[in-house]
Amino acid sequence: MSPILKITLSRLAMGILTLVIVSVLIFSAIELLPGDIATETLGQSATEETIAAFRERFNLNGPVHMRYFEWLASAVQGDFGVSLSNQRPISELIAQRAGNTFFLAAYAALIAVPIAIVLGMLAALYRNSAFDKAVSGATLAAISFPEFFVAYILVLLFSVTFGWFPSLANVDAGTGFVERLYRTFLPALTLTLIVVAHMMRMTRAAIINLLALPYVEMAHLKGMRRWRVIAIHALPNAIAPIINVVALNLAYLVVGVVLVEVVFVYPGLGQLLVDAVSNRDVPVVQAACLIFAATYILLNIAADILSIIANPRLLHPR
Amino acid sequence: MTPFLRKLGAAPVSAWFGIVIVTLIALTAIFAPVLAPFPEFEVVGPQYSPWAAPHYLGTDALGRDVLSRLIYGARNTVGIALLTTALAFLIGASFGLLAATLGGWFDMVASRAVDVLMAIPSLIFALLILTITGTSVLSLILVIAVLDSTRVYRLSRAVAQGILTMDYVEVARMRGEGLFWIIRREVLPNSSAPLIAEFGLRFCFVFLFISALSFLGLGLQPPIADWGAMVRESARLISFADFSTWQTATFGLAPLLPAGAIALLTVSVNLIVDWVLHLASGLED
Repeated sequence: MSPILKITLSRLAMGILTLVIVSVLIFSAIELLPGDIATETLGQSATEETIAAFRERFNLNGPVHMRYFEWLASAVQGDFGVSLSNQRPISELIAQRAGNTFFLAAYAALIAVPIAIVLGMLAALYRNSAFDKAVSGATLAAISFPEFFVAYILVLLFSVTFGWFPSLANVDAGTGFVERLYRTFLPALTLTLIVVAHMMRMTRAAIINLLALPYVEMAHLKGMRRWRVIAIHALPNAIAPIINVVALNLAYLVVGVVLVEVVFVYPGLGQLLVDAVSNRDVPVVQAACLIFAATYILLNIAADILSIIANPRLLHPR
Repeated sequence: MTPFLRKLGAAPVSAWFGIVIVTLIALTAIFAPVLAPFPEFEVVGPQYSPWAAPHYLGTDALGRDVLSRLIYGARNTVGIALLTTALAFLIGASFGLLAATLGGWFDMVASRAVDVLMAIPSLIFALLILTITGTSVLSLILVIAVLDSTRVYRLSRAVAQGILTMDYVEVARMRGEGLFWIIRREVLPNSSAPLIAEFGLRFCFVFLFISALSFLGLGLQPPIADWGAMVRESARLISFADFSTWQTATFGLAPLLPAGAIALLTVSVNLIVDWVLHLASGLED
């Protein structure tokens, strides 16, 4: 077996193991609730039959490990049970909202990744110049500002003052694609500003690390233009750490979306999760947490595997 | 002049800015009851009064004085964030130092547990736990402290492992010094710089985290004055901002005051951390 396949498979196995442990943790949430969930929800006056029916409906009968496997098996097939607060199937609640969340995250990623890489390359090219200092000052600010501060500043500027974009991102199933892009522009821009900083800093660092190496100096001595040296000689070798940080930030995007959705009242999974936590609707919280955690872990595995594949030393073993 | 004061004198403007702001906010938090013109919870005027004496920053939806609530908010939010960070450090650093010193199965178990905790995004994990425990200040502090201690664990373990390979630790061991003597007298003094910088970064993270949870309505509960919760309470006002008159403009800026205070404090702490890291790296300008 080639070494690259071996490493990839072992990372994949580690990732799946992590996913399983995380799913156990999420499942045990309902076990850890204080008191008996059936009597808590139905009240003290509930009859034996209603309690039995409730336990049946929410899969509370039988030994813990059996219920875990049943829960996991149906969750994998997209069936997350029913909501405690309104008794509707969770998959119905989630389907549309998960789509909205991933749409917003993908939209932000499509804006953020190219900007971050180009700005990072420029900052590496003109390092220690006024441009570099301005960019690193701005990134420091973006890292330390809370998401909602960035969001409200954008709302104040683009929505209230200029009136270019709506301050609430209300979309539904009937909203057309272009209309959707327009209405979700401010939330996407907020997410972009938050993740660009980190990606850009890492791109800059990855490229600057390489600039001291002999082959880059050789390229300079041949009389190559600085831009060409960076784009053709440095960038391909910096691609592994860059891919890694991009994937990590995509993982962050999917989670960071929670706050931004609340600010813009966007009908996504994050908003649903926050509402479910305040209502203590455990099955919905479990479903949303499982989706968020699984996406996060899968993107992290992708980051690992892509940076292994991008390493040419592993592609051509001696 | 002591070496510390000399370094302070040579600090760059950005670090000075950070130090001044952090000191001001700390003083505000400590002397909140003296500084605040009105009580924290009491209704003292009409709803949404404009920025004019005696309510210099107006009143909120219930008629409470915004300036007073901002001042008490400094005490509540920063106090809880500090307490949480200190607890996270206590847990993370003790386990990290022990894992590095003891090694073996203790290190194995602790490190794997930390790996699993770090594989789940902290916001999601915190929301899951808060569903079970309900939103109280105590559960908030404990949940965030445990989640954050994982990062402290990683750092302190790595730093301590580097120090433990040094000859002077070997000498101390051969002298027959005990485990805790070595941690206290050899490892801790030599790992203080990265740990202090990490404390600043962790504080920022915890502070933003608590503010975010309060903003979502899941952190500190009303009527406690808290910056994140104040953003949440006044969030809708921003759509009414109108720069034609002073009164309408200040009305719409209400959510930006607490949000800006949060941003100002985190930027200031970050500026100080940058300076501490620069000092610790021993680079000369």
